[in-house]
Amino acid sequence: MNLKSALLGAVCAFAMAPAAFAERGTDGEVKLTFPQAVSIMNPYLSSGTKDIFAASMVIEPLAGFDDTGALVAKLVSEIPSVANGGISEDLTSITWKLLPGLLWADGSPVTAADVIFTGQYCMDPAGGCAQLSKFDGIKSIEAVDDMSVKITFNGPKPNPFTAFVGSTSPILQKAQFEACLGAAAPTCTDQNSMPIGTGPFKVTGFTVNDTVSMEANANYRDPAKPAFAAAVIKGGGDAEGSARAVMSTGEFDYAWNTQIPPDSQAAMAAEGKGVFVVAFGTLIERLEMNMTNPSADLPEGERSTTKHPHPFLSDINVRKALSMAIDRHTLTEVGYGAGGTPSCNIVPAPALYASDNTGCLTQDIEGAKALLETAGWVDTDGDGIREKDGKKLSILYQSTVNPIRQDFQALIKDWWTEIGVETELKAIDPSVFFGGDAGSPDTFQKFYADVEMYANNFDGTDPEAYLTQYKCDKAPSPENQWQGENMNRFCDPAYDAMVAELSGTRDEAKRAELTKKLNDMVTKDSFVVVPLVHRGTLSAHSNALGGVKINAWDSELWNVADWFRVK
Amino acid sequence: MLTFTLRRLLLAIPTLLFISLIIFLLVDLAPGSPMSEIPLTVPPEVRKKMIEALGADQPVFVRYILWLRQFFWVEPANLIDGWFGTNLVGGEQRILSWQSRSPVFTVIGQRIPQTLTVIGTAYLVGIAIAMPIGIYSAYRQYSVFDQIGTLIAMIGFSVPTFFSGTLFIIVFAVWLPWLPTKYDTTLAVTDWSSFLQQLRQMAMPVMVLALANAAAISRYMRSSMLENMGQDYVRTARAKGMTERVVVLKHVLRNSLIPVVTVIALGIPSIFGGAIITENLFGVNGIGAALIGAIHANDLPMVQTLAFIFAVLIVVFNLIADILYGLLDPRIRYE
Repeated sequence: MNLKSALLGAVCAFAMAPAAFAERGTDGEVKLTFPQAVSIMNPYLSSGTKDIFAASMVIEPLAGFDDTGALVAKLVSEIPSVANGGISEDLTSITWKLLPGLLWADGSPVTAADVIFTGQYCMDPAGGCAQLSKFDGIKSIEAVDDMSVKITFNGPKPNPFTAFVGSTSPILQKAQFEACLGAAAPTCTDQNSMPIGTGPFKVTGFTVNDTVSMEANANYRDPAKPAFAAAVIKGGGDAEGSARAVMSTGEFDYAWNTQIPPDSQAAMAAEGKGVFVVAFGTLIERLEMNMTNPSADLPEGERSTTKHPHPFLSDINVRKALSMAIDRHTLTEVGYGAGGTPSCNIVPAPALYASDNTGCLTQDIEGAKALLETAGWVDTDGDGIREKDGKKLSILYQSTVNPIRQDFQALIKDWWTEIGVETELKAIDPSVFFGGDAGSPDTFQKFYADVEMYANNFDGTDPEAYLTQYKCDKAPSPENQWQGENMNRFCDPAYDAMVAELSGTRDEAKRAELTKKLNDMVTKDSFVVVPLVHRGTLSAHSNALGGVKINAWDSELWNVADWFRVK
Repeated sequence: MLTFTLRRLLLAIPTLLFISLIIFLLVDLAPGSPMSEIPLTVPPEVRKKMIEALGADQPVFVRYILWLRQFFWVEPANLIDGWFGTNLVGGEQRILSWQSRSPVFTVIGQRIPQTLTVIGTAYLVGIAIAMPIGIYSAYRQYSVFDQIGTLIAMIGFSVPTFFSGTLFIIVFAVWLPWLPTKYDTTLAVTDWSSFLQQLRQMAMPVMVLALANAAAISRYMRSSMLENMGQDYVRTARAKGMTERVVVLKHVLRNSLIPVVTVIALGIPSIFGGAIITENLFGVNGIGAALIGAIHANDLPMVQTLAFIFAVLIVVFNLIADILYGLLDPRIRYE
C-alpha cells in the first residue's frame, strides 16, 4: 500500500466517521431517576441539587466546568482571558461573546439582552434569588453589541467566572421571563416549570415533585446531538430504590445520588447490569471543635460566645489527641464504601488547591493517650475519665439524625472513651440543626455542645469564600442573631490577614499556596476542624447507557448531549 | 333527619375553623425551617433574602389570616374563574408551595387522580377480599378456613407496608422480573397494551395496600356476622325452613353489614389521604407522597393545606357514616 492510498483511506475514514456516530434522536428515550423529585426547573429559585441538575438539561450557562474542573465554553465562542482580551488587564471587567446563530428552543435568537435580563432577574432585591452570591460585586452588565456582554465589577476580581458560569447560573430567555421580575418571580409557575432553553432537551411535561418529560431540542446548536429523542426524570422514593431500578431491574438508565450502604453497593454492582460512578467534589464530613464554653451554667447569651473560652478544647493537645484517636479508614468503610475516602483537609480538591496533609490518616490511640498524659490530663480518681485542675474531659458530641452519622458517633465515642474522654452523643433533626432558627438551642450555629459533626463544601472550584468563613468576625453570636459561618469561633489574626492577602492575589500558583496554608492553619496546625471523610456523590448508570462522564464541579448531567445508547 | 344533617353541617364550621387554627399552629411551631433545605454554600445574607421572598418571615398570625383568606376566598374564586371565565381573583396570590412555587391546589389536582386510582382500587380490592372471608370465617367459626383467615388477617395487620412492599419488590421485580418498581405517572391509557401496562404497574402497590385493608375489614365482618348468627331471628328463619344460603346471605349478612358499612365509610378519607409509605416506595405521585415530601422540605403551606383538607374529609365522612347508619338501620333515628 502506497502513501497515496493510505491517505485516501484516511480521508475516506474521516468522511465516514460522522455517519458512524448517532444522529439526533435516533436512540429513543433515556430514563433517569432521582431519589428526590424535581420541584422546579429554575435554579434561581431553588438551591436544591435535584432541581439544578434537572434544569441543566434544558437551560445552560455561558460556560460550565468539565469533569476536571476546567472551564468549557457552552454558549460562547471562547472562554475570556486576559490573553485573548476577554478580561481587562486590571481584572475589573469580563466580556463574553455569544456563539453566532445560537437559537432558543422556540427558534428565536439568543442575544445579549437575554444575558443582561438574567442578571437583572437574579439581582432584583425582591426576587429572593438563590444564586445571588454569584452576582456579588457586579457593578453593571451591559451589551457591547447584540452578541457580546460586558460585566464590570466594583473592583479587581481574580475569579470573574461566577455569574453565568456553571449550572447554577444559566441564561433565561428574556421574552419568557420578562413578567417575572422581583416579587412576581415565584408566581410564574409555568415559566418556572417549563423554561425555554438552549440545552439539548426541552421540557414537554412537568408534574411537580414527580416527573419531568423532555424531548430533544430541535434547535440545539450541534445538529448531531442529542442522540436521545426523549428523556424523562422520575423522582421520589429513596436512594436504595433508585439504585435498584438501575442496577437490579434495569428499568432506568441513570440514577443520581444512590448513596446506599457499602454492602448493598457491592451486592448490586455484582449483578453486572450497571456501574456505580462517583464524583469527588469538595464535600468534607468533619468534626468542628467548639473553642468557646457551651456550658448550660452560663447565662443565656453568653453560652458558646467568645466571652468564655472552652474549659478544655481550648487546649490544642486535647484537640489533637481527639483527632489522633480516630480511624478514618474504618469510618469510610462503614459509612460510604466507594462513595468516600479518608481526608485531613477541609479543601480536598481541586488538586491544585489540596494540601498534602495526610498526617491524620493513621490512628494512634497510644500516641493520643501519651499526648494527654504529658499535657497534664490524667485520670486521678480512677473513673476512667481524665481531668486537670478539676475539669473533666467530658464531651457532648452532636450531629444530625442520619444512620451513617449515628454509626460514626458510636465508633468515635468508643475511641474517645478508650483514651479517657467521656463522650455523650446527641442527634438532632436535620431541619432543626440546619434550620438556623435563632430561637432554637439546637442549631449548628448556636453550637451548644463541645463537638459537632456535619458536612460542608464550597461551590465551584474557588475556595476563597469558603475559607473566609473561618475569619474572627464570622463567628455566630447573639449580636448577629447567630447567623455566622465560623461555628468554632476560631479566631486567629494571622488567619484573617492571610485571607485578605488571598483575596488580593491574582497569581494562580500563589493563590494555591495561600489556600493550602489556610487549610493547614485550621486543620493540622490547630485541630480546630477535624476532617474525617471526603465524600463523593455516588450515582449509577446502566451498561446500556454510554457517554456518562461524572462531574463534581458542575451538574452531573453536564454532558447529557453526548450520552448515547450502547447497542 | 334533615334538621339533624343541617345542624351537624353548621356545627362543622366552627369545628373546622378551630381545627385549621390548631393545624396551622402545630405545623408552624414545630421545630424546623425551610432554611434547612438551602445548602451551606449559600451565604446567610442570601438565605435571609430567600426567606423574605417566601413570606416566611411574617408573624404566624399574619400568615394564618392570609392563608384563611386564600383557602376560603382566593382558591374557590379561582375555581369559579376557571369554570366560568370570570375574574374574581383579580391577581390575588393563591396558596403557593414554598418548595416548588406552584399553587398548592394545582399540585393536589395533579395528584388526586393517581391516589384515587391506586389507593381507591386497593380499598375496593380489599373490601372484595374481606367480605367473603369474613362471612365464611364466621359461618364456620374455628374451622381450618377460619384459622387460616385469622392468621392471614393477623399478618396483614401487623406487617408494615414498608416491609411487605419491599418484599414484593424483591420477589416480583428483582427475582421474577414481572412488574415495574416505579410507577410511571406519564403513562396514558389509550389502548389494550397501555391498559395492561397500567395494571402491571398498579399491581404491587394495590396488593400491598389491599392486604392491609382486607385484614381490618374481614375482622369487622367476621365479628359482626358472629354477633348476628346467634340472634333469635336467625333461629326463626331456620325454623321456617329457609335454606342456609338464604339465612346467611339474606338475613344475617344484611344486618351484619350495618356496622361494616360505617367502618368502610369512615375509611374513605384515608383513600384521599393517600398512603405515605406505599406511595413513596413505588413512586406513585399521590397525595401521601406529596405530604411526606412537603414535610421533609418544611414546605409549610403545602402541609397546612393538605392536613386541613384531610380534616374536612374526616368531618364530612363522619357525617356521611352517621347518615348511612340511620338509613340502613330503621331502628336508629336522629332528631
